Amino acid sequence: MKVIVAVKRVVDYNVKIRVKADKTGVELSNVKMSMNPFDEIGVEEAVRLKEAGVASEVVAVSIGPAQAQETIRTALAMGADRGILIKTDEEVQPLAVAKLLKAVVEAEAPQIVILGKQAIDDDSNQTGQMLAALLGWAQGTFASKVTLGEGKATVTREVDGGLQTVELKLPAVVTTDLRLNEPRYASLPNIMKAKKKPIDEKTPADLGVDIAPRLKTLKVEEPPKRQAGRKVASVEELVQALKNEAGVI
Amino acid sequence: MSNLVLAEHDNQSIKPATLNAVAAAQKLGGDVHVLVAGKDARPAADAAAKIAGVAKVLLADDAAYANQLAENLAPLLVSLAKGYKALLAPATTSGKNVLPRVAALLDVAQISDIVKVEDADTFVRPIYAGNAMATVKSSDPVKVITVRTTAFPAVAAEGGSAAVENVAAVGAANVSTFVGQELSKSDRPELTAARVVISGGRGMQSGENFAMLEKVADRLGAAVGASRAAVDAGFVPNDYQVGQTGKIVAPELYIAVGISGAIQHLAGMKDSKVIVAINKDEEAPIFQVADYGLVGDLFKIVPELEAELGKQLGK
Repeated sequence: MKVIVAVKRVVDYNVKIRVKADKTGVELSNVKMSMNPFDEIGVEEAVRLKEAGVASEVVAVSIGPAQAQETIRTALAMGADRGILIKTDEEVQPLAVAKLLKAVVEAEAPQIVILGKQAIDDDSNQTGQMLAALLGWAQGTFASKVTLGEGKATVTREVDGGLQTVELKLPAVVTTDLRLNEPRYASLPNIMKAKKKPIDEKTPADLGVDIAPRLKTLKVEEPPKRQAGRKVASVEELVQALKNEAGVI
Repeated sequence: MSNLVLAEHDNQSIKPATLNAVAAAQKLGGDVHVLVAGKDARPAADAAAKIAGVAKVLLADDAAYANQLAENLAPLLVSLAKGYKALLAPATTSGKNVLPRVAALLDVAQISDIVKVEDADTFVRPIYAGNAMATVKSSDPVKVITVRTTAFPAVAAEGGSAAVENVAAVGAANVSTFVGQELSKSDRPELTAARVVISGGRGMQSGENFAMLEKVADRLGAAVGASRAAVDAGFVPNDYQVGQTGKIVAPELYIAVGISGAIQHLAGMKDSKVIVAINKDEEAPIFQVADYGLVGDLFKIVPELEAELGKQLGK
């Protein structure tokens, strides 16, 4: 079976972001970019399915500017077979991403699409659910375990109170949570090999999808800063402060 | 025009997060209706009818909704969407699972995790783990919104007397089935609803050592949480996780033990009223947001804290 995995290029999770002075967004120039960490987990899961002989082909799809090709190369170096880049310099919001992915899914006919549960830039946590809705497929969101069976997937989900297990009819969409697996580092030989793997390029227009944003960002601001308090010297002083000064115990 | 809140419930009672979502819905103007979709959920619907400020409760009672499967709930919400200017749910794992699916079926954007309502079209939401706040304006005819519960003080659970109206189920999508669940059992308050939270990080060194935190939690009636590092290290289950990709909490008192204060963690707790940090590294970033910092060995400090609380609080 074929597996599609969606990968997003985002500001590296270790970068302390800065809001632009004109409040139009977040500073992205000269900032280290990486694959969204939850998407790395998605790629790892897809590659493991291939290594286990369950998946026959892993296709990595990214939407974004030309540099998103690097993100696809990372997925290829981890073990994906080929890539599709939907190239655009425009802002693409989750609904539009889901529509673009739907077009890819209709052309590629995978049995399973794996996405990160959320991207760490816009923190939306929407795309997988939207894609499943548009396709009329089942969704296994926030997955911590995925087992594929005959025509079905059993997915254990991280929910607020603990774990929930659902059975999904295939084809289906799965979104990853952090305990699903620990993504591998690509080895140097695999990074070299990845350079020869094919990446197909398309545009939103090729796929006939209108990506006009539905939400307009009016401004982006720094959150209110929290003032650092003081150091206390002992447990006794701490408990006194909490009791008499802060009044919280 | 009215606003519809998808209730979070267990068929018997309403989960507190619903009360925060109702509070956000009130800010949009217009009546607030609450949808209880479940199986044998009349008790939950009756509880929803008592929520202060709720004008009407819709009850969809059907086996298809017994386990809140998104594939079944989304078409129900779509069938009810006409006539509402906004559909809301708390930004819990359940709300986040269902509402994007509803939005896509309606061909509208979903607005995640709002922390402020500017007007009926304009909302503030955190991005980049809360390191930036975006003000966004929706041009869609119906807004589909998840609500960050900590940003909207809960409305009263009692005091209302709304009518409960039955609405037709729209059937099961038959693409997914509920197999089972393992819910963490605890006598302590729920993490997102607790007045006091004590969390451990990588510095705890093992899952067994969380027992120390539990003892302090018992003194304070607190919930126990953890940083992503502690979850990644396998010390505790993921439902303990406080942070960008876990739970968002804003208790009266948050005690961070052996947590360095990565931005992903701060995103989940920095709106707490009072923050205490206990860490052996005095340069740890957690101290920059802490009201009270105590530098030292947590394995010495935490038992001392438990004893001191026992002495001071007489418990």
